[in-house]
Amino acid sequence: MSESRNYPFPEMNHDICKGCGLCVLACPKDVLVISEKLNSKGFHYSVYTGEGCIGCGNCFYGCPEPSAVTVYMKDYVPGEVS
Amino acid sequence: MISMARKTVLREPDGFLKVYKHKPGAEKNRTHYCPGCGHGILHKLIAEALEDLDIVDDTIMMSPVGCSVFVYYYFDTGHFQVAHGRAPAVATAVSRANPDSVVISYQGDGDLAAIGGNNILQAANRGENIVVFFVNNAIYGMTGGQMAPTTLPGQKTTTTPYGRDPKTDGYPIKVSELISQLTAPVYVTRTSLHDAANTRKTRAAVRKALQNTRDKKGFSFVEVLCMCPTQWKTKPIDGPQWIIDNMLDVFPLGVYKDITEDAPLTVRPTPVHDSDSVKKALDYKESKAELTRLDVPELFRKTSLRVSGFGGQGIMSTGIALAHLGMEYGYNVSWLPSYGPEMRGGTANCSVKIQDGSIGASEATEPNIIIAMNQPSLEKFEKIMQTGGALLYNSTLIDIEPSRDDVKVYPVPITGMADELGDTRVQSMVSVGAFAAITGLFDPAEINRLMPGLFAGKPEKVIKMNEKAIMAGYNYVKEHFSS
Repeated sequence: MSESRNYPFPEMNHDICKGCGLCVLACPKDVLVISEKLNSKGFHYSVYTGEGCIGCGNCFYGCPEPSAVTVYMKDYVPGEVS
Repeated sequence: MISMARKTVLREPDGFLKVYKHKPGAEKNRTHYCPGCGHGILHKLIAEALEDLDIVDDTIMMSPVGCSVFVYYYFDTGHFQVAHGRAPAVATAVSRANPDSVVISYQGDGDLAAIGGNNILQAANRGENIVVFFVNNAIYGMTGGQMAPTTLPGQKTTTTPYGRDPKTDGYPIKVSELISQLTAPVYVTRTSLHDAANTRKTRAAVRKALQNTRDKKGFSFVEVLCMCPTQWKTKPIDGPQWIIDNMLDVFPLGVYKDITEDAPLTVRPTPVHDSDSVKKALDYKESKAELTRLDVPELFRKTSLRVSGFGGQGIMSTGIALAHLGMEYGYNVSWLPSYGPEMRGGTANCSVKIQDGSIGASEATEPNIIIAMNQPSLEKFEKIMQTGGALLYNSTLIDIEPSRDDVKVYPVPITGMADELGDTRVQSMVSVGAFAAITGLFDPAEINRLMPGLFAGKPEKVIKMNEKAIMAGYNYVKEHFSS
């Protein structure tokens, strides 16, 4: 993860994603989209457009895959143990 | 109430295993669920709550039968994978034996509301200190989209292709409403995963229910309306809308019962685990007879027996009697029954092992002695016998010759001898006597001495007749066959 990123932001694990789109549906800011590309498992995965995340966590709680979405909040300190 | 610092990162909770090592195949970091399935969301909410409440190591989960049968792939907790519908029964036992554990029963609607309908009601009614997460998606998922008890009126499934017709198929069972009518449950709620706000409510309900169990408040029940896009034949992203359009009217959301604040602590007897107390509770007595081992031929120092015949021929009694006798002589024994679908008139067989040292499998897959009471049994089990073994068969009812020529054959008119003694039922004891003579394991006089113990509560007359039967079987073998 790049430290130059603006917090908050969601980190989408593209290879875990099954492309169901529930995170896209849950996002109140419409900053998640389904990619045109396929991941290694053959799914169109969801991606963060890169700005506009408010750190609400809806994508995290709406995603059925345990490790597909990680959301770093505004006050997250890179490298902190969590 | 849960107090915790606001999270600065939302990541895979520690309630999950880091690597799904129990999941077969190469993919150890993704669930087996279909895209858009609600199970994963509920899993995440539970795993997060387990971590936040710091009860991961105290938790024991029951995985049901259904898509979530593989709950044990994912959670870093103790597990039982339970027969269909029986999760609340097993959870009861686990909770009673480990009162300080947080016991979770995770069940789907087919499992909980159909085959396990009575189990859940009784566990709820006893106020077991467990939490039940009930995933309601109105259909059987894993088995291919059949009608479930919760299927909606008009809903098309593979078994209701024209839609569920309440006139013939009944109405959806509203489980939360049912459970909330019972006196014992402390917390009964129905939530849904169809949008972010309701997922948050589900999260709160999951946490409250788990706290209840941790705090020994009693029975908590969280029903969660859950997406099954695969069996609903919708796109994954349309699952939430399907819940809104179809399920919310039939299954209204809300808290159906909450007496958490006033609930007294669940009181359970202190479980006993040390073997001396268990023996005392079971009135177990150490070996009643100090029997001297006989000089047993090499072959039968590791006896592996199959007894087989019609149901009603005393097959199981023969096996049990022999296993008990072995125990009296200080051997390790096992007895494993195998019934046909019918109790009487069908076929039945049992495996008995009598040996020193520990017994691995209790099924006699390569017996060194068989007792065949009818022809199908002879034909079936002579094939799997060890070379040099003993084949005892009931020559009253079997008029074919055994095909094996590498075993020692003992045709004994077992049924006929029992009839002569006046009661066909004693044929099982004729077999016992013949077994003793063939194997040399038991002294018939000692067997008779043990009879009152074997037939506890039976009248003197019955015991006498069984004694005669044992001697008849024993003597027949001794007289007719050289050793």
